Amino acid sequence: MAVIEIKNVAKRFGEYQALQDINLTIEDQEFMVLLGASGCGKSTLLRIICGLETATEGEVWIGGKRVDHLPPKDRGISMVFQNYAVFPHLTVFENIAFGLRMKKLPDDEVTRRVERTAGLMHIDQLLQRYSGELSGGQRQRVAVARALAMEPDVILMDEPLSNLDALLRMEMRAELKGVLAESNTTAIYVTHDQVEAMSMADRISVMHKGEIVQAASPIEVYRNPAAEFVAGFIGNPPMNFLPAAPAGSGQWHVAGQVIEGPQVDRALRFAVRPEDVRPAETGLTAVARIVEPLGAHLLVTCDIEGEMFRAVLDSDLAIRSGDKLILAPQPDRVRWFDPETTKAVA
Amino acid sequence: MSDAASVSGHSTNKAGRFVYVSGVVLLCAWVLIPLYLLLVNTLSSPEAVNSFPKSFLPGFDLGSLEFFAGFSGMLVALKNSIIVAAITMVLSILIGAPAGYALSRFEFRGKEVFRLLILLTRAFPLPLLALPLAVLFIRTGLDDTAFGLALVHTTLAVPFAVLITFSLFSGIPLELEEAAWTLGCTRLTAFTKVVLPLILPGITASAIFAFVISWNEVFAAAVLTIENRTLTAFLLQTLSESPLHLKFAGGFILVVPALVFIFAVRKYLFAMWGIANR
Ligand SMILES: Nc1ncnc2c1ncn2[C@@H]1O[C@H](COP(=O)(O)OP(=O)(O)OP(=O)(O)O)[C@@H](O)[C@H]1O
Ligand SMILES: [Mg+2]
Repeated sequence: MAVIEIKNVAKRFGEYQALQDINLTIEDQEFMVLLGASGCGKSTLLRIICGLETATEGEVWIGGKRVDHLPPKDRGISMVFQNYAVFPHLTVFENIAFGLRMKKLPDDEVTRRVERTAGLMHIDQLLQRYSGELSGGQRQRVAVARALAMEPDVILMDEPLSNLDALLRMEMRAELKGVLAESNTTAIYVTHDQVEAMSMADRISVMHKGEIVQAASPIEVYRNPAAEFVAGFIGNPPMNFLPAAPAGSGQWHVAGQVIEGPQVDRALRFAVRPEDVRPAETGLTAVARIVEPLGAHLLVTCDIEGEMFRAVLDSDLAIRSGDKLILAPQPDRVRWFDPETTKAVA
Repeated sequence: MSDAASVSGHSTNKAGRFVYVSGVVLLCAWVLIPLYLLLVNTLSSPEAVNSFPKSFLPGFDLGSLEFFAGFSGMLVALKNSIIVAAITMVLSILIGAPAGYALSRFEFRGKEVFRLLILLTRAFPLPLLALPLAVLFIRTGLDDTAFGLALVHTTLAVPFAVLITFSLFSGIPLELEEAAWTLGCTRLTAFTKVVLPLILPGITASAIFAFVISWNEVFAAAVLTIENRTLTAFLLQTLSESPLHLKFAGGFILVVPALVFIFAVRKYLFAMWGIANR
């Protein structure tokens, strides 16, 4: 049982506030993905959980035990480092065996585990090499194998697949997920690849400037972003925003149209995903500017009253740059945000 | 690009190359010619050394060297030199390596000042300290002992040991240690299992460098010892009254081991200077 609880954690580096007021519970055996732009504090949070960095404020609990003051080795955690940290003076075999030897496991058990994890990571041909003789992607896989071989309660991974080519990445993604599910490990996985996040996560925590903006299932994060940042960060292309002015009793003026919305009496922002609009008789009036055929779809970047608006449309439509379009948003997919707080409004 | 520009570019390149090559030749000559003359004169008979014009080819007369081999006190002095240098070597690593580790791994107040102070110890002229040191040593009974002299030599060698080990430790990414900690190591076991194997060749080099500093040092050795003279102090004392050919041979005996040692550790000295330049 390894539930991870992070309570009111904050971290300052001198004047710089790297993390503020992080509250997060990761359930036993959950696969949690931390997603966020570069520099938002993902690695810092992992390092605090792992014990390589001490939080300025707050508490970290693992498996019902407060661990703030324990050294990394006593936390039952394995970590895959962003820049691999493969020991250069040891072979791949000895690298993977390192932690097992520290635990004083018998030799045959060590060999068994090393060979198993090396097989999973497709590096069983490289066991006698030194890290200087490996490519970046191979080193990265050694680092993952070394962490997996420990069979820990909790595994923390900092962009473990970032250096692999697209094909291998897709393959390893599925395998890693399978291995972790099978081994009953609680995992925290850092990435800034949203496809990776979507496809692997039980839950995604979206981080922005040292805060967790939303922690929810991938589909929830996608469909119901809690803040404009999430809406703009997740999805490719991201969500569209348009200004909306109140027209009384839950009606809103959006680009000359009246649309049903929440009952509040201040200006809001209307938002809809590019794939949730359809050409229709009535709707938002748009002028197509750039038309990009993507095979399955047509990505049309348009102009609605001076605002940029992207639509993903059927590729059979014959649309050319300069054409006038009427786009109808799918009513149940429309979202509203408060421009003051940037938070979602129900 | 115009022709004129490419021609002038070519000729500055050529001029730069000329300056570079002649600089290298000059520096080499500056170091190597005295060494060569020393060698020639060491291997010449006493008559050849004192005669004129000089021969530029060695005569392969081992007389001068043989004289030293049989010279009473010579072997004792050699033994003293080795003992003092060995103690210096051990002490300066024991003191210098932890300081180098701390400098590379921990952030603390006054770190920059501390680094500067380490270098500044070299700015203190030893002759200024010689008298108070001698008095202090006589009071504490450290005078005329190998250990006492080694202490002085250690203070000379420690700054270098700190700088060399600092640059070595800095070259080992902290993540490697952190990875070891997450794999079940304490700070100490991570050090012995990961850092030490990576740093050992460099430590050896820095130890040899300390050895050479002690081996070459003459001033403190001459002031602080009387009976237990080291080779340098012994030769300095004896040779001032010796004939010319013996001076050459004595000089040769002093220079060669130092040269061999320095040559062995040159790679690490460059590393140290690279850091000191920053
Ligand atoms: N030791 C440190 N001292 C000062 N600032 C630091 C330190 N470590 C991290 N930071 C700062 O904290 C912020 C968060 O860093 P962190 O490494 O957690 O980012 P990240 O989300 O992992 O980014 P990336 O995706 O690029 O790895 C950055 O702005 C970084 O400059
Ligand atoms: Mg990072």
